[in-house]
Amino acid sequence: MSIVLQSLIAWITRTVMFGTVIMYGSLGETMTEKSGNLNLGVPGIMYLGAFGGFASAYYYSTLAENPSKILCILIALLCAFLASAFGGLIFSFLTITLRANQNVTGLALTTFGMGIANFFGVFVLDGSVSVKAEFANQAFKTPIPGLCRIPIIGDVLFSYGFLVYLAVILAVVLHFFLTKTKSGLNLRAVGENPATADAAGVNVSKYKYLATCIGAGISGIGGLYYVLDYNNGIWATTGNIENLGWLAVALVIFTTWKPLNAIWGSYIFGLLYWLYQYLPDIFGIYVPSDLMRMTPYVVTIIVLVVTSLRKQRESQPPAALGLSYFREER
Amino acid sequence: MEYAIELRGITKTFGEVIANNNISLAVRRGEILSLLGENGSGKTTLMNMLSGIYYPDAGQIFVDGKEVTIRTPKDAYALGIGMIHQHFKLVDVFTAAENMTLGMEDGSSLKLKDVKQKIREICDKFGFHVDPDKKVYDMSVSEKQTLEIVKVLYRGAEILILDEPTAVLTPQETEQLFAVIRNMKAHGKAVIIITHKLHEVLSISDRVSILRKGEYIGTVDTADATELSLTEMMVGQKVELNIDRPTPKNPSPRIVVEHVTCLSPEGVKMVDDVSFTAYGGEILGIAGISGCGQKELLEAIAGLQTVEAGGSITYYAPGETEKRELIGCSPREISQLGVSLSFVPEDRLGMGLVGSMGMTDNMMLKNYMNGKSPFTERKAPRILAEKIREELEVVTPGISTPVRRLSGGNVQKVLVGREIASSPTVLMTAYAVRGLDINTSYTIYHLLNEQKAKGVAVIYVGEDLDVLLALCDRILVLCGGKLNGIVDGREATKEGVGLMMTNLASEGGEA
Repeated sequence: MSIVLQSLIAWITRTVMFGTVIMYGSLGETMTEKSGNLNLGVPGIMYLGAFGGFASAYYYSTLAENPSKILCILIALLCAFLASAFGGLIFSFLTITLRANQNVTGLALTTFGMGIANFFGVFVLDGSVSVKAEFANQAFKTPIPGLCRIPIIGDVLFSYGFLVYLAVILAVVLHFFLTKTKSGLNLRAVGENPATADAAGVNVSKYKYLATCIGAGISGIGGLYYVLDYNNGIWATTGNIENLGWLAVALVIFTTWKPLNAIWGSYIFGLLYWLYQYLPDIFGIYVPSDLMRMTPYVVTIIVLVVTSLRKQRESQPPAALGLSYFREER
Repeated sequence: MEYAIELRGITKTFGEVIANNNISLAVRRGEILSLLGENGSGKTTLMNMLSGIYYPDAGQIFVDGKEVTIRTPKDAYALGIGMIHQHFKLVDVFTAAENMTLGMEDGSSLKLKDVKQKIREICDKFGFHVDPDKKVYDMSVSEKQTLEIVKVLYRGAEILILDEPTAVLTPQETEQLFAVIRNMKAHGKAVIIITHKLHEVLSISDRVSILRKGEYIGTVDTADATELSLTEMMVGQKVELNIDRPTPKNPSPRIVVEHVTCLSPEGVKMVDDVSFTAYGGEILGIAGISGCGQKELLEAIAGLQTVEAGGSITYYAPGETEKRELIGCSPREISQLGVSLSFVPEDRLGMGLVGSMGMTDNMMLKNYMNGKSPFTERKAPRILAEKIREELEVVTPGISTPVRRLSGGNVQKVLVGREIASSPTVLMTAYAVRGLDINTSYTIYHLLNEQKAKGVAVIYVGEDLDVLLALCDRILVLCGGKLNGIVDGREATKEGVGLMMTNLASEGGEA
């Protein structure tokens, strides 16, 4: 294989894995925002998910005498989901029940999630710079048997752990839920016009709570995938998850709140983000890496400008996004 | 014959305000009942108790002869009661069909095909036109209203309540709506229509129930009613109020409004070719059903509304012959030109004051731009705040307490006090005594009279005809944005003004 082809394959696999992290993040946030809750705590929530998943998988594989891969995966997924859904619950309680400002609460949750994860991470690290959950990493990285051996196509399409494919399925399921089910319709109505939904008999608080907690849980899976697969099972004191968390929030805007767009949108973000490393090998161009890493954000701003200019109603954020709802009483 | 719905002795209070007092009325199947009353007479509150938004303090509700309890909108739907609110409850980005299914929880998957089929059936039966796939944001006002009606029918409503359905419609659309309502009547539905337009009452309803200030006045058969008899029931006997009304001292023109037309954002004419003169040293009252252009007219003078081409608002400074054109000036420019307009908005807190600020800071909102120093000048506003607190007896723990924590009457006093303190030459107030007790109201009347004595042109927009008739020197009556005449406050009768409010002089009765 030529260096160019090798680089191209490496670029694509990097992109797919990177895209998966932010796809989970943005799918969860899309679900949350459809209920009218703007949760800017995504980075913190992904941290919570990452730590919950990593710690549980790490201790399970080191403490169990004969660890099973399936059980390890299930435990890690469950703990990641619960830990991040807990973050969503905090956000829900503050903004829905106590009607706190959503932006402030979200930003506080980001700091809180990072702090909690790094604080308890100290106990897992136990003095070292990084710890690797080897067994869990193997479990999550297992590619599709057989298919992954096909040259080139196998590398590009079938060499990933199951979470990559689950993310795509999840995007389709979420799309189906939002557009084809009554609960999805009610959820969208809550985000668009909670007063109308309320008058029509929809339990606004219930929908907001559930969407925010489940959405946070989904975002948290992105954090889990980051540590146990993308980062090769290594827990270290880095702030990289935070960057990806903000990218996930940007991706929600980029996709104009449509889960199906997140599938290709996240990969485009991945391609742009890693472009700087493969530009020299593939295209023979040298560009400062920081400049290139900026491109996903620039693209998001362009999308915002374009959708705002077009004023197409379907591409706008949920009308009641960021607003607390309470039934008007006189 | 059994009633479809019957109310007995319904009472509802909000705090100390009695919105409905011991009201009883009933509607049969296949009957259209009009609920007639002035603003604030409690029509909408009463109907909201049927639709589950409010819960009555006392009284009983019977549906088909059985006593029922309605606590939520869902209960109302279950009993077959559907209300079409004045402000539509629709999700803009949804299609008509999606709006229909909202909140219905039978089955999990969305069977829009069945919904559309049922919408077509309802439309065929009653003669509606609704495109199930059209998004709400693409719909006109009358289409949205039709959708609301189809929505309640879709949910199986047998009793329909329409809250001022014609307020937003053109005469042609109103005719279509009435045809549909008659059709529903023919299908045995009971219909209650809230309105204050007399000719509509006479043309559509079988019986009329009249409310006045929360009290039930009576029910008459439409066949026996005339516009005059209904107006008398609606406005009631004249109540003598002991409000001073000194004779204006040498009034001179202060503001001359000529051919002013204002459009709403939707392009509806809110103020339609209005011309009048406000004199210094007199109180000019503005009467009208709410939403007939009062707000827009005041805002046009204050520079907050765009006036259509062809109109002019001229200001004459007191004691000078100089005149100035106000249209085209910004509110700031208007005050810098030496024109002082004081504006007490309808929504006292929303526009006049900042709720989280204390009295001093709220005083500063009017004059923060004075002075050359980059720092704010707090001394004068603080003295002013103290003065207002003392003179108007504002009950507050201190002048730095956020005004949001004060009671409505005290907020009003702060606002009026501040406006008067800027020693205006034109003072416009809208609903200055809304929600105030008798004593505070008299304080405000007194303040207005003081300004009048000083030669200020006072424009007073009011809801209470008794007050308008007792306080104002002249009363300008608006009807649907049009000027329907200016009457002398000393000679006008309550019935006369009431009729002018509901009937346009030039085309009275028709349309």
